[in-house]
Amino acid sequence: MSDSIVVDHATKNFTLRYHRTLKDITVAMSRGRAISDTFQAVDDVSFTVGQGESIGLMGLNGSGKSTLLKLIIGVMRPDSGEVLTRGRVSGLIATGAGFHPQLTGRENIFLNAAILGMTEQETKAKFDDIVEFAEVGRFLDTPVGTYSSGMYARLGFAVAIHVDSDVFLADEVLAVGDRPFKKKCLERMQEIRHSGRTVFYVSHSAGSVRKMCDRVIVLEKGRVAYDGEVDAGIRFLKYDDPGQPDLDDEIGADI
Amino acid sequence: MTDVETPHAASEGEPRAEVRVVDAPLRPPSDTTGLMEVFRRRYLLRLLVKREISARYQGSFLGLLWSYINPLSQFLIYYFIMQIVIGRGQFENFAVHVFCGLIVVHFFTETFNAGTRSIVRNKSLVQKMAVPREMFPVASMLVSLFHVVPQLVILVAVSLLYGYTPDPGAFAAASLALAIVMVLGTALALLFSTANVFFRDFSSAVNILTNFTRFGVPMIYPYTMVQERFGSAAEYYLWNPMANAVLLVQRGFWVGTTKDPEETARVHLPANLFELGLWSLLGSLVLLVVAQRVFSRLEQRIPERL
Repeated sequence: MSDSIVVDHATKNFTLRYHRTLKDITVAMSRGRAISDTFQAVDDVSFTVGQGESIGLMGLNGSGKSTLLKLIIGVMRPDSGEVLTRGRVSGLIATGAGFHPQLTGRENIFLNAAILGMTEQETKAKFDDIVEFAEVGRFLDTPVGTYSSGMYARLGFAVAIHVDSDVFLADEVLAVGDRPFKKKCLERMQEIRHSGRTVFYVSHSAGSVRKMCDRVIVLEKGRVAYDGEVDAGIRFLKYDDPGQPDLDDEIGADI
Repeated sequence: MTDVETPHAASEGEPRAEVRVVDAPLRPPSDTTGLMEVFRRRYLLRLLVKREISARYQGSFLGLLWSYINPLSQFLIYYFIMQIVIGRGQFENFAVHVFCGLIVVHFFTETFNAGTRSIVRNKSLVQKMAVPREMFPVASMLVSLFHVVPQLVILVAVSLLYGYTPDPGAFAAASLALAIVMVLGTALALLFSTANVFFRDFSSAVNILTNFTRFGVPMIYPYTMVQERFGSAAEYYLWNPMANAVLLVQRGFWVGTTKDPEETARVHLPANLFELGLWSLLGSLVLLVVAQRVFSRLEQRIPERL
């Protein structure tokens, strides 16, 4: 099994900017206050993912999950350490980013697919599947600005899920869509997983991580707090508190 | 960090069906080759340019016709003001002279302005997707270039009415001028689009700079006037690549509409115009390389500063 994602002592700092205008900076300097401060969103994180593994990335809000994902997808570069990936990395991140409200669903499918790295031939070959998956029906040729929020989300989803990547990333994406659509997405993700692609799944839902993943990484304040077997990881996070077993269902979030 | 080994707990459901062999090297996902990457992903570039253009005319009845109506109305205004009201009698076809300059200046200011805003405007993409970020300034330049075409069509039509006969030199001059503006505009758009991420003041500053461009080129005054006023110092005026681009387009069209093109070129254009043009192009290319360097350096900080 070859390595699919290698994260080696990766650190990413963010600068907190207290003052940005000329006036603010002058005032701060005259009073001897700090102008900026940094914090580590991802702090010395190391792990290796083999091709075909399915990882659940968990952690509380602000623990650095999204930043780590951005390092893996290549939007950001680590300040120190190294992040390496093998093959095409894509997935359910910022679905619908780049949609132009004035363009039709059809035009946006082509544009979005190109942004995700698909070629024209690839998009054409998968076009019918994408449309069917999105269930936008006869609205395909109307501007997406007129879509309902559910339709908009489904279209973005449908494109992203059809990209043939080697590493599939998913970032708390199932919060949108109705129950049948969520179910369809999870089924589709299972298919992706069983096709031998590496899956990197960010989620708060213990239930779906249990279904989807065979290893869990837990981040805490930017550091790896746990890396290993799924159930133990969920216990580590205390997400399986026996007092409230059906919280996921109660708040209506599959993820 | 507690547990670093990677156990493979058999999860529920069927076992893995296949093992995917990925025939690619491990590499940093954030690596890009800058402008070369833009060229490699030209299909996406084409779609982004198309998006801008079709979004601009969406919901408009006349659609693309507007890009002909606009320059035509401008030409008529200049014709009326410059040639009839002010009546610069001693200067042949002054409206064509102005219009030549206008096309170049418009192309440049559009590229510069839209390019500077391009990254901030595409925030959602830049923050979340791994798209080469040079894509956006370059797309702005191409959208502006697209709008040059109808203006050229009108310029040629008007010139033909004045009895213009095209020659190879004219074609070469116009192409060289466009090349200069394309390279220079892209270079500045690259530089200022990143700067604009860090301080939004830059887009306001660019507005002022483009005002200077309008008057720093021989458009509403002839180059002869610069020579008369400044004498040998006029040479420095020609260090401005935009001035050369404007003069080249005037060589391409306006000169050909006058009664004695050779005499007009001799009197109103610098003798070594093509040489100056090539130097301008070279200078712009150097600036483009510098801009790419600066861009690659600052680019890493873009997503978090947006």
